[in-house]
Amino acid sequence: MMEWLSMGGYALYVWTSFGLTLAALVGNLVFAKRRHDRILAQLRESQSTRQAEPRGTFQEVTS
Amino acid sequence: MWTWFHKLASPPHFYRMAGLWAPWFLALSVVGMVTGLYGGLVTAPEDFLQGDAFRIIFVLVPSAYLSLLAYVVMAVASAIGLVWRMKLAHAVAAGAAPIGASFTFLALATGMLWGKPMWGTWWQWSDPRMLTELILLFLYFGFMALRANIADRQRADKAAAVLALVGVVNVVLVHYSVEWWSSLHQGQTVMNSEATMPASMLTPLLLMIASFSLFFGAVLLHRLRGEVLIREANARWVRRLVETTPSMETVK
Repeated sequence: MMEWLSMGGYALYVWTSFGLTLAALVGNLVFAKRRHDRILAQLRESQSTRQAEPRGTFQEVTS
Repeated sequence: MWTWFHKLASPPHFYRMAGLWAPWFLALSVVGMVTGLYGGLVTAPEDFLQGDAFRIIFVLVPSAYLSLLAYVVMAVASAIGLVWRMKLAHAVAAGAAPIGASFTFLALATGMLWGKPMWGTWWQWSDPRMLTELILLFLYFGFMALRANIADRQRADKAAAVLALVGVVNVVLVHYSVEWWSSLHQGQTVMNSEATMPASMLTPLLLMIASFSLFFGAVLLHRLRGEVLIREANARWVRRLVETTPSMETVK
């Protein structure tokens, strides 16, 4: 097990690569879902204000 | 076939379908990645020349592949959007860009982690593959910056689409850079009849590439749902959706 983890002396390079990859995968999913949810929340907000003022148009707020 | 296509292109239908498909794409890609990683990290023997560090290819190659795939998807969608003025096509391009950018970054980062033990350097400016991959990253950034800075959505779609199409040249350069110029980077190893990879390395690598592509599909579907909502903000189905979904909760 320890021998496997040491990756023939290349542990730092190998495991950093795989760690970065895992982070990128998780990050992609989280950001994509969060963006969708945020847009939905913004739509809800603009819709509730629109009921008072029907002409309002939706403006996406980024970030 | 055509009715199916038309139905798919209808935004409310697409929105619903994307929500249904995404988890399946994700599940398949996770299964594939776990299997591929087991093959790559455990079963595959260490490389005769490159030792255990060669295992980096199991993430480096798929992310580099995805960095190009995402760009091709983005460029094709941009072209369709420009020619047929399809809103959904521009949405695809907008959704693919950040995913592509992240995997280009990942390819560069893991490439550097490969370069240090293999070639003795993190980075070499004169290496055409590294350089063109870096340009790819900037193309993604440019595409996203254009979108973010043009308030009018249709103009933003158009301007970004033109940039995406111009940048296709660079995709060709990335691909052929290892053949046209001599460099640090090794040549094609996968689709090459002379340099053969043993099946114990090739199979997990191909599995990883397929799984990364599926993962791209899953994230793209999630992003597209958001893009469709923005573009259809004033449509009746979106209003109904907003009314019927409970607030402050993740919506499937």
